[in-house]
Amino acid sequence: MNFDPRFSGRKFASVGTRPIRPDGVDKVTGRARYGADFNMAGQLVGRILRSPHAHAVIKSIDTSKAEKLAGVKAVITAKDLPDLTDGDAAMHDILDNCMARKKALYDGHAVAAVAAIDARIARQALKLIEVEYEVLPHVTDVDEAAHHHAPLINDQVFTEGLEEKPAKPSNITKRTQFGHGDVHKGFAEADFVVERSFKTEQTHQGYIEPHACVASVNADGTADLWVCTQGHFVYRQHCAQLLGLEASKLRVTSSEIGGGFGGKTHVWAEPVALALSRKAGRPVKLVMTRDEVFRASGPTSATSIDVRIGARKDGTITAAEATLRYSCGPYAGSWAEIGAMTAFACYKLENVKTVGYEVLVNRPKTAAYRAPSAPMAAFAVESAVDELAKELGMDAVDFRIKNAAQEGTRASYGPVYGPIGIGPTLEAVKHHPHMKAPLKENQGRGMACGFWFNFGGQTCTDLNIGMDGSVSLAVGTVDVGGSRASLSLVAAEELGIDYSHVKAIVADTSSLGYNDMTDGSRGTFSSSMATISAARNAIKILRERAAQTWDIPVEDVHWEKGHAIAKGEKYGNLSPLSLKEIAAASGKTGGPIAGHSELVADGAGVSFATHICDVEVDPETGSTRVIRYTVVQDAGKAVHPTYVEGQYQGGAAQGIGWALNEEYIYGKDGRLQNAGFLDYRIPVCSDLPMIDTQILEIPNPNHPYGVRGVGETSIVPPLAAIANAVSNAVGVRMTHIPMSPPRILAALDAEREG
Amino acid sequence: MVEVTLWGSLSAVAGGKARHEIEAKDIRELFRKLAEQYPGIEPWIDRGIAVAIDGTIYRDTWSKELPKNAEIFLLPRLAGG
Repeated sequence: MNFDPRFSGRKFASVGTRPIRPDGVDKVTGRARYGADFNMAGQLVGRILRSPHAHAVIKSIDTSKAEKLAGVKAVITAKDLPDLTDGDAAMHDILDNCMARKKALYDGHAVAAVAAIDARIARQALKLIEVEYEVLPHVTDVDEAAHHHAPLINDQVFTEGLEEKPAKPSNITKRTQFGHGDVHKGFAEADFVVERSFKTEQTHQGYIEPHACVASVNADGTADLWVCTQGHFVYRQHCAQLLGLEASKLRVTSSEIGGGFGGKTHVWAEPVALALSRKAGRPVKLVMTRDEVFRASGPTSATSIDVRIGARKDGTITAAEATLRYSCGPYAGSWAEIGAMTAFACYKLENVKTVGYEVLVNRPKTAAYRAPSAPMAAFAVESAVDELAKELGMDAVDFRIKNAAQEGTRASYGPVYGPIGIGPTLEAVKHHPHMKAPLKENQGRGMACGFWFNFGGQTCTDLNIGMDGSVSLAVGTVDVGGSRASLSLVAAEELGIDYSHVKAIVADTSSLGYNDMTDGSRGTFSSSMATISAARNAIKILRERAAQTWDIPVEDVHWEKGHAIAKGEKYGNLSPLSLKEIAAASGKTGGPIAGHSELVADGAGVSFATHICDVEVDPETGSTRVIRYTVVQDAGKAVHPTYVEGQYQGGAAQGIGWALNEEYIYGKDGRLQNAGFLDYRIPVCSDLPMIDTQILEIPNPNHPYGVRGVGETSIVPPLAAIANAVSNAVGVRMTHIPMSPPRILAALDAEREG
Repeated sequence: MVEVTLWGSLSAVAGGKARHEIEAKDIRELFRKLAEQYPGIEPWIDRGIAVAIDGTIYRDTWSKELPKNAEIFLLPRLAGG
């Protein structure tokens, strides 16, 4: 990588402005094409048969009756997706999740699939497939599953990370530990100690667009996949590996995306669609129903967390520890590990220890959800921090400012921080008018902090200059939050032209080099770095063409504000050449002008946010309404401030739903009881106040413009901020998310009964 | 020679020691030498290890140089949403 990513402190002309997004008109007029909007000639309808049991051995599957039904073109089971994972345990889990091999591990686990000429026949065919199950005992609760008497989900799992290898298998796949100092010594020095246990229920990312794809496998071994995804290159790798295809022969095109939030970072039904198409010899369209989305895709972990924090009378935290148990679904994960790393990341702590336990349960495979695992850890820690401030008689913001991490602080997860924004977000909150606004009866105010790492990754970008001087930008990171607008601004900034002359697209996997998916808040961070690099490579060619035109050395040609300029008194009579003029002459100066970049965008800066929330709780019904909400977050540099604000508001809105209403509810039979938006209630516009935002810009030293990721941190503080607000409103510490009306009434009743 | 600190779980497969002195010019050489010394680390490298150099986390740039006197901390390579 011949590219200097260091922050340069330059002045901006385009970056930081708020133009209309290039995909906006298509989206508001209904022309934008999402996953289910693509069709191919002769395509079939795919449908998946799912287990009604939470845990069962699949003794046999008889597909013969379904295969004989007129209109059915293919029926597949796990036998049609042989194991080609070659010892890759994570890929084997994905394969088994796409189609159960020996056991059904949760209600909704795929066991067979059909492709038929229409949806009616496909549904009929599913009913004709006979599956013989041997039902096994199941466990869906994270604490029950961690108990040594719990039904075993996988008898080959022995807990990793213990000093001695355990003699017996367990549902706990891994123990991880982070921290430094001596917590026993720290607690001995404390004048006040708060110790609490917290629970959070499992939630879904709640993306409006269900998983959808069209797959077409040709007789010559080539294949096409049109799909809604956060990472079409990653989907290509997964599908090619699971189906034994050469990656270059599988072209994957990403559609517009109606939300992903981590839930579209690995394959679910796409290999099934490809296997059906391969068997039927025709394209297959497979669209999940909402019921399937809930039962068989994407939820985050349910958690159970114990927190203990001690402080001296002067408000200095002397020790902090947490034990975090996170559910993983039936496959190993690292969700508690992330919670253990992020839990105390906001604070300067001499003595800190966190321990995480990954727990298998008979629920869908846990997937990433926006700053995965951090919101639950923040809920527990920030609730305890608030309680400790009260015991000390200190203001909640002042207590946090006194203990906030700063440049040079050793983070609770290990390394020492560079320049960070937790202190400035707290100072901004302390002086925000929201903190001084009066509250009425039954209302309460809460605040909380949050942290997320942010990531970069492999990135590839092409920038092509047309003969009319307009610019096409082809990127490989799926646009989940307005990145095409941001990246067009970046290209315009570097080239010195107007934003309106740049058109950004997301290229398919056959048109561009590999890109990691859009996750870890990396889309704009990584692709802007690659776009800057590609634009600078194009400018080098533009300067060469101008030098050729003028017949002067290229070293004497500079690039300023969209023009090549001959520097030096001897060139006084040469008028600057615009990008448009150089492009128009390109056919006679060496042909097309383009800039390319491939790089690993590492060095993403960590991100912090502090939120303020006011709620009103009805003491008779337990119903809670958020009446005011403010997000303060460090963006490094807001490339397109409107979309940064949108990310802040979106994270807060999702967090409000998670805090107050959303939860997976399982019956005693292990079946999901509320697999639909009627019974699983996400917030709608009328549930929310206008969410106020304040963007802070503490530059990331590892990006030329100072950009940090912004997409995830905004969902970290809301659970805690709202819990603190509700606790302050009702006078009872809330320890269980969501704080639904029955749970608030139960907490009030328990308090009254003493 | 650089001093490298391993997170809790990784130190368990590196002789139970969290801190290690290693002669390595970049991340690639660091991983190679750690794996030579402690073969149990190899599967962890395959699964993904991130390297924090003076607080900045590098997940994929194995050519990143390790400056002398820098604080080097190994972390799990995490996923985002």
